[in-house]
Amino acid sequence: MAEPAVPAVVRPFEAIGRRTIELVEALGRFGGFFGLALFSMVTPPFKTRAFIDRLHYIGYRSLLIIILTGAFTGMVLGLQVYLTLSRFGSEAFLGPAVALSLIRELGPVLAALMVTGRAGSALTAEIGIMRITEQIDALTVMALNPFRYLVTPSILAGIVTFPMMTALFDVVGIFGGYLVGVKLLGLSEGTYFGEMRTFVDFHDVMTGFWKSLSFGAIVTWVATYKGFYVGHGAEGVARATTQAVVLASVLILVWDYFLGSILP
Amino acid sequence: MIKVRGLTKSFAGQPVLRGVDLDVPDGSITVIIGRSGGGKSVFLKHLLGLLRPDSGEVMINGTDITQLGTRAMDEVRRHYGVVFQGGALFDSLTCFDNVAFPLREKTELGPDEIAKRVEQRLDQVGLVGVGAKYPAEVSGGMRKRVAIARALVTEPEIVFFDEPTTGLDPCWSTRFTG
Repeated sequence: MAEPAVPAVVRPFEAIGRRTIELVEALGRFGGFFGLALFSMVTPPFKTRAFIDRLHYIGYRSLLIIILTGAFTGMVLGLQVYLTLSRFGSEAFLGPAVALSLIRELGPVLAALMVTGRAGSALTAEIGIMRITEQIDALTVMALNPFRYLVTPSILAGIVTFPMMTALFDVVGIFGGYLVGVKLLGLSEGTYFGEMRTFVDFHDVMTGFWKSLSFGAIVTWVATYKGFYVGHGAEGVARATTQAVVLASVLILVWDYFLGSILP
Repeated sequence: MIKVRGLTKSFAGQPVLRGVDLDVPDGSITVIIGRSGGGKSVFLKHLLGLLRPDSGEVMINGTDITQLGTRAMDEVRRHYGVVFQGGALFDSLTCFDNVAFPLREKTELGPDEIAKRVEQRLDQVGLVGVGAKYPAEVSGGMRKRVAIARALVTEPEIVFFDEPTTGLDPCWSTRFTG
């Protein structure tokens, strides 16, 4: 039996209600997706081979871009912070200023944004194409859980590799700051590293670590989710890839502010 | 035995299946023919448990699979072999590894036995020597034959084909359809 027609005056409320329900459903599915991934991480069977492949795909293949962006971020920081500090006669604090900026903030955020652009988008496109070419259905009808092959290894690899890539970004960035501050602008090497040892403590390193670890989970969660629930055809994959990069980037910045507020 | 009763399915209010009934006895070959867009693939996806019907029953060997959870459905699927319309081969694996995949993941067979069975299946579909190639490096018809080899390599009780002869040359089409 057909549903009775909705009176015109009620239609806007109906539309708002429908949108709200869709949003809540989408959020529930998004959260459930991550919950299922976490559950699969701690229950067998574990797909070690798939995990190693993802480590290579997300981590190793992002190394060049991490080194490049880390070096130039450190160099820009070294130059700009030196020019600012020299106005107050405080050039000696260049080392800690560069190191703290990188370790607490720029390292985790920029490394995550870079890997989102390189590996996150590729992850969404790959899983999306597997969806539209029925490769995920093929896994399902073989009685093999596609989640364990595609989603869980990716999220776990993100959690493992992001802190490592952030550490690399920080080290290369600090060296970039050293090149500009010490070799180019003439600050003493002992001052650059000595003050850094004085002002950077373990809490700063742990702040960067927790941020990068959570960014790893966020980026891979968003990328795999968008790929897994991709729309139809090439256009659907293109849209999902764009959405994954935008959503992951926004979530990184929002979560960064949140963690920055609660971590010491 | 497969028994379908009163299967209905709609997408966004558009009915695709309207009370479909079907009986497929053991040991038989049943072909479903219809116009393009008529719902054949949607019907097949219900038999595979990839879609849930709006109403109706899909009985596989006496079990209504529309009521099963994931784990119980996986038990039913262990008896399935499926050839998808486009082959659905894994892009990142070679043709050999595609055929070997279900054996590696679902059985305890050793590498030598797996290699023997895979070569045997590839030979049956006329693809000796192409095992090292990736799906993107072979023709559409060859991809379809690799998919058929993959579906048959575990010697399943029930084999589903979605447009099995699409992309195959007339010789292979005749061979598959008898």
